[in-house]
Amino acid sequence: MTARSLDTTAAPLRRLSFGLALLALLLLPLSDLDITVLDPGAVFAAMLHGAVTPSLENVDDPLAALLATLAFGLQGVALGALGGFLLAFAMHLRAVRVLAAFIRAIHELFWALIFLQLFGLSPLTGVLAIAIPYAGTFARVYRELMDESDPHAADALPRGTGLLSALAYTRLANAWAHLVAYTSYRTECALRSSAVLGFIGLPTLGFHLESAFRTGDYSGAAALLYLFFAVIASLRFWLKQPLLPLYLVAALAYLPPVARIDGAAIARFLSEDIVPAPLRNGDLAAAETWEKFAAWLWKLVDTQVLPGTAQTLLIGGVALVVTGFVALLLFPLISPLFTGRGARAGGHGVLIALRSTPEYVLAFVGLLLAGPSALPAIAALSLHNGAIIAHLMGRWTENLTLRADASHGSNRYFYEVLPRIYRQFLAFLFYRWEIIMRETAILGILGVATLGFYVDSAFSELRFDRALLLILATALVNIAADQLSLYLRETMRLKSTPERL
Amino acid sequence: MNPVFHLDNASVSYGGKAVLAGVTLRIAAGEKVALVGESGAGKSTLLRLLREQQPQQVAWCPQAQGLVPVLSVFHNIYMGQLDRHGTLYNLANLLKPREREVNAVGQVATMLGLAEKLFTSVDRLSGGQQQRVAVGRALFAGKPVFLGDEPVSAVDEYQAEDIAQLITAAHDTVVLALHDITLALACCERVVGLQDGKIVLDAPAATLTANDLAPLYRRGAA
Repeated sequence: MTARSLDTTAAPLRRLSFGLALLALLLLPLSDLDITVLDPGAVFAAMLHGAVTPSLENVDDPLAALLATLAFGLQGVALGALGGFLLAFAMHLRAVRVLAAFIRAIHELFWALIFLQLFGLSPLTGVLAIAIPYAGTFARVYRELMDESDPHAADALPRGTGLLSALAYTRLANAWAHLVAYTSYRTECALRSSAVLGFIGLPTLGFHLESAFRTGDYSGAAALLYLFFAVIASLRFWLKQPLLPLYLVAALAYLPPVARIDGAAIARFLSEDIVPAPLRNGDLAAAETWEKFAAWLWKLVDTQVLPGTAQTLLIGGVALVVTGFVALLLFPLISPLFTGRGARAGGHGVLIALRSTPEYVLAFVGLLLAGPSALPAIAALSLHNGAIIAHLMGRWTENLTLRADASHGSNRYFYEVLPRIYRQFLAFLFYRWEIIMRETAILGILGVATLGFYVDSAFSELRFDRALLLILATALVNIAADQLSLYLRETMRLKSTPERL
Repeated sequence: MNPVFHLDNASVSYGGKAVLAGVTLRIAAGEKVALVGESGAGKSTLLRLLREQQPQQVAWCPQAQGLVPVLSVFHNIYMGQLDRHGTLYNLANLLKPREREVNAVGQVATMLGLAEKLFTSVDRLSGGQQQRVAVGRALFAGKPVFLGDEPVSAVDEYQAEDIAQLITAAHDTVVLALHDITLALACCERVVGLQDGKIVLDAPAATLTANDLAPLYRRGAA
């Protein structure tokens, strides 16, 4: 039998998928998958016990942590949305697009580590850490949403209409519902980010979560997580548009975004601490200084940037493929084409828990079980992101109408459903890739050898010059991943609208 | 009298394909002109050229209606006068309709049979109702010249003639692209026929019958 080449629309999608899966399989042995914890079974049993006996008994003032989480999240997302909205109108300028891409390529936690040096453990640090990268994302998405609106509306206006009037009555009015929906989705993300900021010392839920886990108070950790799930799941009941100003005022009153500004310290950080050490102390006119700088730079690149980037790409790449598998496995749980009403409710519960728990927290738990290796990082990234994609895919299958005599079970899955949603599945997977890469880098703070590991070490050794350069490197890696994902989505024509045949 | 519009040997092509080829046309103030011809003959392009000659004088009713689906009939019609008010006034009126504007827009809406739907968003209307909103927006602009590209194609034939009369009565100069020959003869005084981007007929409506115009539409059917 000879191999036949397929002349179908699905063929290139299939080649891409198998190619990626093969690549991931080849990469897998290169990553460190060892389990270094002596008795992971016992730790897991203790965690399970904690999960069924949640208790806030040993947690200090959980209400304050919850309110701080909400206050940072709401203020951060509001400031980010405002900044992003303004930037959106300048996104036709290349410089602004690059700026937006750059500020969103740096993770909230890295921004927080930087602002910690400038403003200490203050509310301002938390709010800015969320607002800045979110502004970069809002700028891009707001602009895309407004550009998608019907251009005929503006053309039909009488000539001489003011710019703002035209904008408000046409582009903005057309895109408004999408802008609101996206902003409320990002509010949920901001609350997750806010919770995670606790891991580096801000007074949010993550702070208590970390100490509970570290001290083995798994009942306390479980209770805090459940509290957080409840907040996320109930968002749509209390986060109403007309009430937003009220919440914002309350958030500002509860935690005013201020800091004790120490001008001298800030000036020293900006003018000395972040200047590469050989340049800081040397004579800038001397050739010797620059030789030292080159040696310093090469050493940093050789021993930290390159190995960190390699591990980040490796783990991010494998996690992308595993995320895809997780999504394909999980989406039938909430799809009416595969699961009855009662079981779907359970499926939704599983997916909500997985996507409400930040990757960072999942990875933290995984590290307690397996020790610092790539395994918990890949598992955390895939479970969280896989659950998000599974949720979106499951929702889409609600609009698929199969013929009355369509097959059932695995035949239905592989013949009827998967081919119809596969293009969207890939579109979502590649959209998430940028996010997966950002998170992969950040998981280094927990001890996995990605770029974040070196950033965190540099900060704790107070070598801010190195830290800044390493953060720059993570930003470049993320921007490269974003560009590659954009290229793949364009060449494979991966649209995000559902296909119905 | 000076012509409102004056094209002298105008040509337009898109991607190497001629859409209008050497069109010469004068339209004087006070004329009511129907543009006829099959789709692709160049009517929309011709209308766009005319608009560019008098951008401030023209009430514009394009074939792609350009309505904002999520906004109400009131707001969509009000858009015809966005250029007459300051930004703050327009924004305030967007958030809370001004009584004065509601009355003014309401009159236009009533003439078009849309009074009941004034505060319904346009995406909840039928195709014919949406087209009447687009006409309403152009009427509300209150300009001396009306340029309409198939402004009543989705409206039923009795209403179509009423609306066409409304347009011609409210404007000094009117140019309408119409595929309905009977309507063109009934509501306009002058008929300009286009074929392959050229003017092949230009005569007073009174001298024409439907049969004279039929050849303009024959080729596509062959």
